[in-house]
Amino acid sequence: MADTAVAGEPGTTRTSGATLEVRNLITSYGPVRAIDGVSLTAAPGRITAVLGANGAGKTSLLRTVSGLVRCVSGSVLLDGQDVTKASVESMVTRGMAHVPEGRGVIAELTVDENLRVGALFRGKVGRDEFDRVYDLFPRLVERRDNPAHTLSGGERQMLVIGRALLARPRILLLDEPSLGLAPRIVAQIFGLLRQLVDAEGLSVLLVEQNARSALSVADVGIVLNLGRVVATDDAKTLMADEDLRHAYLGF
Amino acid sequence: MQQFVNTTLSGLAQGMVFAAFALALVLIWRSTRIVNFAQGSMAMATTFVALALIQAGWNYWAAFAAALVSGFVLGAVVERVVIRRVEGGPELNAVIVTLGLFVAIQAAVAIIAGSAFQSFPAPFGLRGFTIGENTIALTPNRVFVIVAVLVTMGLLVALFRFTRVGLAMRAAAFGQEVARLLGVRVGRMLTLGWALAAVVGSLAGILIAGGSFVYPAYMDSLIVFGFVAAVLGGLDSPIGAVVGGLLLGLALSYVSAYFGGSSVVNLAALVILVVVLLVKPGGLFASTAARRA
Repeated sequence: MADTAVAGEPGTTRTSGATLEVRNLITSYGPVRAIDGVSLTAAPGRITAVLGANGAGKTSLLRTVSGLVRCVSGSVLLDGQDVTKASVESMVTRGMAHVPEGRGVIAELTVDENLRVGALFRGKVGRDEFDRVYDLFPRLVERRDNPAHTLSGGERQMLVIGRALLARPRILLLDEPSLGLAPRIVAQIFGLLRQLVDAEGLSVLLVEQNARSALSVADVGIVLNLGRVVATDDAKTLMADEDLRHAYLGF
Repeated sequence: MQQFVNTTLSGLAQGMVFAAFALALVLIWRSTRIVNFAQGSMAMATTFVALALIQAGWNYWAAFAAALVSGFVLGAVVERVVIRRVEGGPELNAVIVTLGLFVAIQAAVAIIAGSAFQSFPAPFGLRGFTIGENTIALTPNRVFVIVAVLVTMGLLVALFRFTRVGLAMRAAAFGQEVARLLGVRVGRMLTLGWALAAVVGSLAGILIAGGSFVYPAYMDSLIVFGFVAAVLGGLDSPIGAVVGGLLLGLALSYVSAYFGGSSVVNLAALVILVVVLLVKPGGLFASTAARRA
């Protein structure tokens, strides 16, 4: 299945199988192992939440997957293709969009320019695609010519998600999108994410410290502790497992 | 009155060259957070390229174009070969490296071309226009200098604002990691930034040389003035660099005319630098608030 997996139009149903597969990944910062043998898969049409406390290795995991940090060993497969050693810049052309922690807007550029940067690698992109992002996030419309540093936290999160969507990814990596946002905005953004995943068969790998919100929107949950996977299960099952929740998720 | 007009005109022409030089510094600072102390040496080297070609019988404009092209190449090579290794490291490393380049390039040119003063031709006349029976300080060559710098700035603004490459360059400068995640070839953009900056620097070098003498150290004072102009404008702002250059050009021209002559001009530039750093350390056009956000 791997070799025949073609980047389908959004909305078409794909054959089963993982969009992203991580095998036995190990990442170190000097003598410290941030990721210690993690394996996981993220399937199309599903939200896979990676949960765990501060320092569990969630962000390191995403940064290794997208190539910002090089792993010591293990492999990352995107639609069956080994991308472990691929350059960061090439990941987005391969169908992976990574929204880093801290709402990676480019503060000096305007909202519209931020969106245009997201579509640069695709060459000419029709205005209608930008309009679609603005339809998705109407609050961005009136801010479109303002520099991104004038946006509120929620608006920034909308901007970076919209920008990532302009890359037409098959897998979206989201790092702590709820950080510092009001619960109402978090619910709104997660709800929208759910819609996109259901409608377009996008695969989302969602890293969250806010486990309760994340599990409420996710299909699958993966719990990390000190760089290792301690549990992988249906989001509902994890939600029901009180011992696990108390031990690792803090609620 | 006539003296005032003349002082103002020559200040503006001078200021334009400072502005171009400051702009080159700002372009590099914005993209790589490095103050390129070698800018003057690089510009001097490319002006010597033009001089050698002119002495070999080339037409002024062909040599002018060749100097800008060699500036582009030199800037790209310097970034790729030298600067790439210190980018993202401790700031002091980059300072030492660009200072080292400054000395090395100057020495290399002195070895190859000698350190004698050589006259550099001006493309246009050096005699001022006459209005009635008064000759003003605006010469055809100065008009050329002003127009050349203005056109260059216009082209740069258009590049950054209206083209895809310009957008990619700004993204790479302001958010390296995010830009890479979005597929922007950041390394290539930084190289291009240095190359463009070196072209603008070369332009400043060749303009200031016109109708005057060149020797390996002829850019040294311009480095000081260009640096002051860039700091005046806030190092981060291209518009600031231009305004800073013009203000400095005017200020120094007035100092030279009314307060003690050309001998105190360097002193005045440094006084202005110190005062700006004391009163408004971020420069007149600082956008540090935006950057911190």
